[in-house]
Amino acid sequence: MAQTQVPPEAAKAAHATGNGGPEWRKYISFSTDHKVIGIQYLVTTFLFFLVGGALATAVRTELATPQADFVSRELYNSLFTVHATVMIFLWIVPAGTGGFGNYLIPLMIGARDMAFPKLNAVAFWMIPPGGILLLSSFFVGAPGAGWTSYPPLSIVSGKAGEMIWILSVLILGTSSILGAINFLVTIIKMRMPGMGYNQMPLFCWAMMSASALILLSTPVLAGALILLSFDLIVGTTFFNPTGGGDPIVYQHMFWFYSHPAVYIMILPMFGMISEILPVHARKPIFGYKAIAYSSLAISFLGLIVWAHHMFTSGTPAWLRMFFMITTMIIAVPTGIKVFSWLATLWGGKLRLNSALLFGMGFVSMFVIGGLSGIMVASVPFDIHVHDTYFVVAHLHYVLFGGSMFGIYSGLYHWFPKMTGRMLNETWGKIHFVLTLVGFNMCFLPMHWLGLQGMPRRVAEYDPEFATINLVCTIGSYILAVSTIPFIINAVWSWIYGTKATGNPWQALTLEWQTASPPPVENFYDEPVLWSGPYDYGTDLLQSGEDKSVEELLAEVNANPG
Amino acid sequence: MQGSTVDSGQTALNYQTEAIASGHHGEHPDHRIFGVIMFLIAESMIFLGLFAAYLTFKLNTPDWRPEGESELELLLPGINTLILIASSFVLHQGDSAIKKNNQAGLRIWFGATALMGAVFLCGQIYEYFHLPFGLKSNLFASTFYVLTGFHGLHVLFGLLLILGVLWRSRKADHYNSEHHFGVEAAELYWHFVDVVWIVLFTLLYLL
Amino acid sequence: MNIPSNITTLIAGIVLTLVSLWVGQNHGLLPVAASEEAGRVDGLFNTMMTIATGLFLIVQGVLIYSAVRFRQRPGDNTDGPPIRGNIPLEIVWTAIPATIILVIGVYSFDVYSSMGGLDPMASHDHRAQEMAHQPGSAIAAPLPGTEAAKPAQSKQVALGVGASPGTQGQAADLSVNVMGLQFAWIFTYPDSGVTTSELHIPVGKEVQLNITAQDVLHAFWLPQFRLKQDAIPGRPSELRFRAQKVGEYPIVCAELCGSYHGAMKSQIFVESPEDFDAWLQSQIAANSDNLQQAVAYGSERSEADYLAARAPELGIDANTLGQVRPPAAGHHAI
Ligand code: HEA
Ligand code: HEA
Ligand code: CUA
Ligand SMILES: [Cu+2]
Repeated sequence: MAQTQVPPEAAKAAHATGNGGPEWRKYISFSTDHKVIGIQYLVTTFLFFLVGGALATAVRTELATPQADFVSRELYNSLFTVHATVMIFLWIVPAGTGGFGNYLIPLMIGARDMAFPKLNAVAFWMIPPGGILLLSSFFVGAPGAGWTSYPPLSIVSGKAGEMIWILSVLILGTSSILGAINFLVTIIKMRMPGMGYNQMPLFCWAMMSASALILLSTPVLAGALILLSFDLIVGTTFFNPTGGGDPIVYQHMFWFYSHPAVYIMILPMFGMISEILPVHARKPIFGYKAIAYSSLAISFLGLIVWAHHMFTSGTPAWLRMFFMITTMIIAVPTGIKVFSWLATLWGGKLRLNSALLFGMGFVSMFVIGGLSGIMVASVPFDIHVHDTYFVVAHLHYVLFGGSMFGIYSGLYHWFPKMTGRMLNETWGKIHFVLTLVGFNMCFLPMHWLGLQGMPRRVAEYDPEFATINLVCTIGSYILAVSTIPFIINAVWSWIYGTKATGNPWQALTLEWQTASPPPVENFYDEPVLWSGPYDYGTDLLQSGEDKSVEELLAEVNANPG
Repeated sequence: MQGSTVDSGQTALNYQTEAIASGHHGEHPDHRIFGVIMFLIAESMIFLGLFAAYLTFKLNTPDWRPEGESELELLLPGINTLILIASSFVLHQGDSAIKKNNQAGLRIWFGATALMGAVFLCGQIYEYFHLPFGLKSNLFASTFYVLTGFHGLHVLFGLLLILGVLWRSRKADHYNSEHHFGVEAAELYWHFVDVVWIVLFTLLYLL
Repeated sequence: MNIPSNITTLIAGIVLTLVSLWVGQNHGLLPVAASEEAGRVDGLFNTMMTIATGLFLIVQGVLIYSAVRFRQRPGDNTDGPPIRGNIPLEIVWTAIPATIILVIGVYSFDVYSSMGGLDPMASHDHRAQEMAHQPGSAIAAPLPGTEAAKPAQSKQVALGVGASPGTQGQAADLSVNVMGLQFAWIFTYPDSGVTTSELHIPVGKEVQLNITAQDVLHAFWLPQFRLKQDAIPGRPSELRFRAQKVGEYPIVCAELCGSYHGAMKSQIFVESPEDFDAWLQSQIAANSDNLQQAVAYGSERSEADYLAARAPELGIDANTLGQVRPPAAGHHAI
């Protein structure tokens, strides 16, 4: 990899980190620097990912045999409930929006910080208490009604645990809303002069769409949880049929948030992939506008498809048909993105490093999940597979194969920027291969399980499914092991890795025009918008000579510090 | 909360401020009001969710408002509604006053609004104590209390904002025609609470 | 971006189509289809599988091809060609998915309506019978008789899968009331008053299941019939179908309903009409024996005993058991 050191830059980077007190201390303080907050988000939520993964490993261990023998049945229910809650509310959502969004948006639009830095810090500092609160529920009987917490089950089993779940989700939801407000205001109001919407990096478009979804849907979940907690604590009967309530209303309110939530969890990754592929394929992004507007389209459609989670529940026939069609339409904007990414890769000069490998893995795995998504959107078929392992397979393909691969790709890509050090490529590739193999081994067979008749959320199952489940369990162990090379790589490289230059990938977006890591307030000199975010190959064409990108960069921007 | 947010971030924002001031036609460079609007959009979604739930319950329950509760007393809530709506206009006078650098006017009008808000809250508490049903009587009663209660909390919060503005306006020139974010934020919030009440009143009492 | 349009592309296209078609027919992912409706769902799935295989191969093909063919050569640090888009191509890949989903959408609609999903008769839902409110217990059972007192006219449409267009408006040949409770299914044959814990139905006859739940949500799933419907307390739903293959198939609870959710299973026996009648008679006999003995507690085959044996394991208390016991009249107005 091109890692030619530019001495003045390295000196500047050293200078940036060398002022006042030990460096690490600001990461545990109430810092208002968006870069510190972004890293705080990423590190904290990654720790929660490990917790969620450990819970998943316990789930898989229980499922290694058909009998309920490893943990009690109640505990099993709590395990997957907390697993999903941790993964969604404490890992993918805050890491994707809070982590990458905070770190990248101001840099990408040439701003010095977010619009409301203190609010930003407040939003972050709601995450650790929310998470610890949730995990503490294991001491009083953790919630066990699934991450969906459908009443009446959720109001008749384990009150304390359920109440903790509600409180923790309310805290995390509030944090996410505060973050979204910040992103929207920052992107809309604080772009550097000369950067119109159509000059914005695609990540910003994606974050705008995701933030709009957060703003419009998360509050409805809060409303549902407020009503649910009244049922739980006071004994009202909003969702309790005994007394005239209607559990279906809860399902509508829940999915009005939780369906958009899946796009909140994938849109930032769409954005990151749109950044990463062009850089490492050395080609402009294919179809900028199509990708930008398809994010908005997904965001809008995402708001009107929620009842596809309720096809076998209390939804009348005509509603089922309506939601089936709207759901399927999402394939169109998503397809535009997927094909544009493929076209971006086609004919490029692919630097197959870990970031690009995970990026391509993202496209590959997400498409599998998307295709099974279209299948479950078909009502007659979903009637068969709803609440089975087919859905578990779908959701892990989009969430792990999609969001997780996206996050890993982003981490490999921006690690040099964030820490000023390069990650080790060999370990990165080992990580990629182990993840790919473990992931598919764990989740691909689940499609078959679901179709054959294995329901989800069961601690025990028919012995005929034993072999396949064992395969899944082994896959999940490989997956668990796969995180180890990454952790070692990240920790080691952060301390001892090769120093990174300001722009190790010869990328064109603004965050690469400053030192790695960027100084407080981001830019030593005001950044120059000398090219669009994806103008790869253009200069080559204009100058007609074989100048390296680095030379070109140096020419145009003599001082990339 | 956000009042102090940007003060400290001011340095960081200067560059943006200039950029926007020069780039666009010298509009208000402060993004805080925009942030408040975003926040209110989120808030209104909570209410929309609760309203939707209320309507679904109402449409699906055969004997909504069981015997004896079929008629809600309209007089007191009606007066209360008028007070709340009027208070929005009163509050707006305060905003106009500060835009003309009239701090005394700001204090008077905001004081009056605070009084009206307090009257509204007292009226609602009075109503709670004189209703023929309790929180758990039936589904209608539960939705009634939760919706009005949740709105009441917002009125309370708006009231606190207004009192906060009053408190700060002791210092001469804390607010002036140039700098009055707190005034505007409190006003926006109060209008929002007002609009929500109008919808709520229509849903619960009139429909 | 030039689309290669030579012989190799053509061959690749043909191979891709053939492979997709083959996979769509031979994936072997689905269990036996025991009813006609199930066959139609499978046809739909096979179609979607064909399309999905095609799209999957295209995407993976492009990825792998690019990774091999377009990888950076050692020493080459230049950029790729600055291609930013291609409007006709973009229109093509917007239009093709749009067409595909249109086809899948219409096909799904067709299968759904032929299964009886749109049955207008099903809208005769009788929801929201006030459930008896028992102070002190969060969830109370609908006490038989209370519904009669309150013939609440429903405003909600029906849930589930109703009669196929051919038999709409006619009563089903057999209807069975199904109730889910933590953690068992209970079947009542209203015409004969028989109550069992396993479902027996005659082959080739149209059967209607009226599904409800006593405590929390459950879901009644017949994998071999590709049918599923949530059992919702206080809100009846239905499944109507015609079994085609004699045999014994699992009944699975698919909605998380508590600790023993995974153990909430039963069997459906599809029998020849003669076997079915014989079975029904034996059940009626067993039930009436009971009545003559006038013993409050049921016979050896009664549901209550079945549950009582497992009660400690399942965590069902005596109260619940009492409610399950068939009332003397045998007509459980679920
Ligand atoms: C990141 C998260 C994520 C994403 C992006 C998606 C994306 C999609 N999901 Fe998924 N989904 C979940 C997370 C996600 N989902 C979760 C967590 C659940 C379970 C919740 C629970 O019950 O616990 C779930 C459940 C779920 C259900 C309910 C299943 C059930 O419970 O019975 C449905 C039904 O319609 C569905 C549909 C879809 C569709 C149509 C998409 C689409 O957006 C996919 C679009 C993408 C593609 C289609 C691929 C790329 C496109 C092309 C290559 C173009 C050509 C393609 C065609 C013409 C088909 N999902
Ligand atoms: C982003 C979301 C996300 C992610 C990343 C994952 C990751 C994983 N999930 Fe998760 N899962 C969900 C979201 C997610 N899941 C959701 C929403 C549900 C539905 C819940 C519900 O029904 O309510 C679900 C449900 C679910 C089930 C179904 C449970 C059931 O229905 O009964 C299973 C079963 O196999 C499972 C397995 C796994 C596994 C093996 C991983 C692995 O990928 C995890 C791998 C990672 C690690 C293992 C971490 C490594 C940690 C270390 C190295 C530290 C030490 C480790 C150990 C001590 C082992 N998940
Ligand atoms: Cu009953 Cu699960
Ligand atoms: Cu969804």
